Amino acid sequence: MSNSSRKKLLLMGRSGSGKSSMRSIIFSNYSAFDTRRLGATIDVEHSHLRFLGNMTLNLWDCGGQDVFMDNYFSNQKDHIFKMVQVLIHVFDVESKSINKDIEIFVKALTNLQKYSPGAKIFVLLHKMDLVQIDKREELFNIMMEKLQNISNPYQFKVVGFPTSIWDESLYKAWSQIVCSLIPNMNLFNSNLIKFNQILDAEEIILFEKTTFLVISSTTSIENELNKDLQPELDPKRFEKISSIIKTYKQSISKLRTNFSNLIIRGSNGSHFYIDILTDNMFIMLILKDKDNHISSTVQHEELLILENIKAARKWFEKIENGNV
Amino acid sequence: MEATLLPNPKDTNATILLMGLRRGGKSSICKVVFHNMQPLDTLYLESTSKPTTELFSSLIDLSVMELPGQLNYFEPNYDSERLFSSIGALVYVIDSQDEYLNALTNLSMIVEFAYKVNPKINIEVLIHKIDGLSEDYRIDAQRDIMQRTGDELLDLGLEGVQVSFYLTSIFDHSIYEAFSRIVQKLIPELPSLENMLDNLVQHSSIDKVFLFDVNSKIYVATDSSPVDIQTYEVCAEFIDITIDLDDLYIEDSNGSQAKNSNSKVATPKELKSISHLSNGSILYLKQMIRGLALVALIRNDDVRILNDGSSESSIGTQERSLTIIDYNVNLLKKSLMKMWENSKLISRNEQY
Ligand SMILES: Nc1nc2c(ncn2[C@@H]2O[C@H](COP(=O)(O)OP(=O)(O)OP(=O)(O)O)[C@@H](O)[C@H]2O)c(=O)[nH]1
Ligand SMILES: Nc1nc2c(ncn2[C@@H]2O[C@H](COP(=O)(O)OP(=O)(O)O)[C@@H](O)[C@H]2O)c(=O)[nH]1
Ligand SMILES: [Mg+2]
Repeated sequence: MSNSSRKKLLLMGRSGSGKSSMRSIIFSNYSAFDTRRLGATIDVEHSHLRFLGNMTLNLWDCGGQDVFMDNYFSNQKDHIFKMVQVLIHVFDVESKSINKDIEIFVKALTNLQKYSPGAKIFVLLHKMDLVQIDKREELFNIMMEKLQNISNPYQFKVVGFPTSIWDESLYKAWSQIVCSLIPNMNLFNSNLIKFNQILDAEEIILFEKTTFLVISSTTSIENELNKDLQPELDPKRFEKISSIIKTYKQSISKLRTNFSNLIIRGSNGSHFYIDILTDNMFIMLILKDKDNHISSTVQHEELLILENIKAARKWFEKIENGNV
Repeated sequence: MEATLLPNPKDTNATILLMGLRRGGKSSICKVVFHNMQPLDTLYLESTSKPTTELFSSLIDLSVMELPGQLNYFEPNYDSERLFSSIGALVYVIDSQDEYLNALTNLSMIVEFAYKVNPKINIEVLIHKIDGLSEDYRIDAQRDIMQRTGDELLDLGLEGVQVSFYLTSIFDHSIYEAFSRIVQKLIPELPSLENMLDNLVQHSSIDKVFLFDVNSKIYVATDSSPVDIQTYEVCAEFIDITIDLDDLYIEDSNGSQAKNSNSKVATPKELKSISHLSNGSILYLKQMIRGLALVALIRNDDVRILNDGSSESSIGTQERSLTIIDYNVNLLKKSLMKMWENSKLISRNEQY
């Protein structure tokens, strides 16, 4: 078990495309503003991250300057491309030398096909903030079609995301990348649904604790049935929550601390509970005000919900540790 | 807790006049503080060529008026006299990254005029754009500017004039701190507000409490303990975190209109947010009246209890202290409502 739970992720792309920026924001609690201080990555920078109990992510941030690249594809190629689970290839959408970018992508695919044919390929079309809003979708589609065509001869299916460090798109992309590595995803989902049969929340979301990436979510049965009757909620809300909570963590790091929960009584009758679920996960519940409570019962209800979260803890710990 | 209201009917005037040479940073300050513009975006601001006034309703109604640097206020056809007699604070912006001798001469001239017309005016000088200066240079610049201003005013025979100086930049919280203090001087109820907050702190385990204007993140009052930059920033940012999360689940207005008939049209409820931090402290936010929110940092008092009792009991006491704080904050909110009603009455009486 211990071997298969080490996941090697390659982060590749030309120098300046934004690889280290993303990594620092998602895994090291940088703000987008802080990334301006980053220098070019020399050779490969490794980060090891424990993710959900027994999984370890080994992220290889491969510095993109030509000198290093040439090495990856010659002397170091088996070292770099062996046993790769995921390649995340970053393209700067404002790049002036697309042909060179693609050339490197093709080299990476060639080596992966040889050393890790089972790898999953994600491409991030990055720095989307620099593209005019109404041109983004078209540009994304054109680029993705092109990249998929390039990958076809190598038998790889590419999954792409438009990303930028200046909005929440980064969280959506990374959340899906990381979720693709979780073997027992469906157990998280099914247990979340079971949990919601007890709580009857509007929505429940699971987050990984350090990155605050979304692992799983469920909505109330009623919402599920009456989908078209329900007013539209923001489709980007999950990644926005990740981003807001990351900002919060950054903020309170000024007091040299972290947070253990956050409870909001919303202006619209929604109540939000963000609380530690297990050593590796946070849970967020969104509940609707059912009746008009007087304040003493409100506090009682709050405690009850926090108790329920505690009770769910052992279920989810079991899934994390693969004991189900 | 009981509020002693000391409204001063003569003092309800809350216009702030922003002045200074061109490109000093006046428009940028306005945009960043009152319109949430990102500091970097101010690079693209056009130069202001005519006076602009903006209104802000907070606990008091505040208007901020910007006078472009190149305007000659002392032209006969410009009614400067009436202007200066009606304002509460004159804020003069000096660009500390630029040669500032001209600005100081201009400042003294304006002060001389303003003081004659309106001796009660607050004179506030922002030594601005300090982000570009080293720590040492900031202090030197401040000393130099204070010295020279003092000398010039003396030469003009203006001895008793009080001038306050602030080091500011739109790239950090210093501009908010300065504006907080400037605005506070214009709130006649300030002493009673501070009194109420001090009272709150005394009767609970609150470390620091601010009464914020939610939109601008200016604090209109705080308790009398010193303001620590970090605590201010965390409290101000907690407002945004709370509002941003709350907004995500406020249903799209189009959608809810479509099914308007069977959904009860909910009146907005009072926003409240509590976060337990890993070090035992608690961040506490409660919406007040008139775009204000109370934000407090509650410290962990339970260390003693943890040592000799179980952790259960410490959670118990923390819950209890939160209940007490809730109760007191509700009382404070009621006092605020009363205070505001009174001040409304006063300003209406003045008009007749
Ligand atoms: N506008 C914009 N700038 C970005 C974005 N992401 C990163 N940047 C900026 O791009 C610059 C280079 O980013 P890095 O993360 O160091 O690039 P890299 O891919 O790691 O480069 P090498 O280490 O040399 O391979 C930084 O100044 C970032 O602030 C984005 O989404 N939008
Ligand atoms: N470095 C720095 N630049 C600032 C600051 N405040 C304003 N500026 C810049 O100063 C320039 C002039 O500002 P503006 O608001 O148009 O000046 P105004 O003519 O007084 O209204 C703009 O380019 C701003 O970006 C500051 O605190 N620091
Ligand atoms: Mg790098």
